[in-house]
Amino acid sequence: MSTTADNETLKPNGPAAAVLVASGIGTFVLGLLATLNEASTDVNEFLAFTDDVGPLSGKTILAAAAFFLSWASLGYLWRARDLAWRPVLIATIVLLALGFLGTFPTFFEAFADE
Amino acid sequence: MELSNREFWTFIHGMVLGSLFLLAFTGGLAGLYSFRTEWVTATGLRERMTRLSWGISAMAIVAWATVLTGTWIVYPWYRESLSETEADRYAGCEGLQAPNESCSPRDFLLSNASGDTESWHTFGMEWKEHVAWIAPMLATAAAFITVYYGRSLADSPFLRRLVLWLFAGAFAVAGIAGLFGALITKTAPIT
Repeated sequence: MSTTADNETLKPNGPAAAVLVASGIGTFVLGLLATLNEASTDVNEFLAFTDDVGPLSGKTILAAAAFFLSWASLGYLWRARDLAWRPVLIATIVLLALGFLGTFPTFFEAFADE
Repeated sequence: MELSNREFWTFIHGMVLGSLFLLAFTGGLAGLYSFRTEWVTATGLRERMTRLSWGISAMAIVAWATVLTGTWIVYPWYRESLSETEADRYAGCEGLQAPNESCSPRDFLLSNASGDTESWHTFGMEWKEHVAWIAPMLATAAAFITVYYGRSLADSPFLRRLVLWLFAGAFAVAGIAGLFGALITKTAPIT
């Protein structure tokens, strides 16, 4: 994916960059919590916001909150800004990749608290 | 022919919402790919933009609805513990070929009562329950960028590709979750 000069004639890309990075942050938080949940019984107990759903309740609520809050914050900060796409894309891809890895059972079980 | 309350919600989660998202992907992909000024007239762009914006936004909402019903309605039935004590957690699963009122789907899979089924939970369900939540975030990002740029999307191959990648990413993770959901439900249905 290459950056183009198209956006010079478009709306500022700040709001689009904000939702992009926010999706990476939400995914990263999800993966991080999935791994921490496995590594620590304290985290496991903390994340069990409800008994019925267990720790998945905390992981998903916090990941969704991270997504919406970071989208709102970055969207506000970058509302009129035109950012370079490359660092935005790199940050998003790295966050998405780490988050995706964190949701993979073979990975997070390697940190299991015996 | 009837569905229990649990079967109804499992149906809504997987067959209605989840399938709708996966099936609508092809339409959205074709719509995005062909949304170009050189291929479509000005009137066509207006008509397509409306359809694309509503379609992708609806898909994002459906993706959220799928993970919310899955996590908060169906999943508690999947993971409930039906034994009196932790020590005899799998006692109710002995000799069973499918989960029942004394053995939840998770306990049934972990008990290996009907063969080597443990990995369906420890790998399949553990991955599905997490990875599925990436789909609505990516779908929301795709929807927002589509609505935000509107018709300008047709002039920018970069933005179109960006939305296509987000859209494809949402489809891929939803596909992983959907596939494991279907296979786990086949092995250990929620009844």
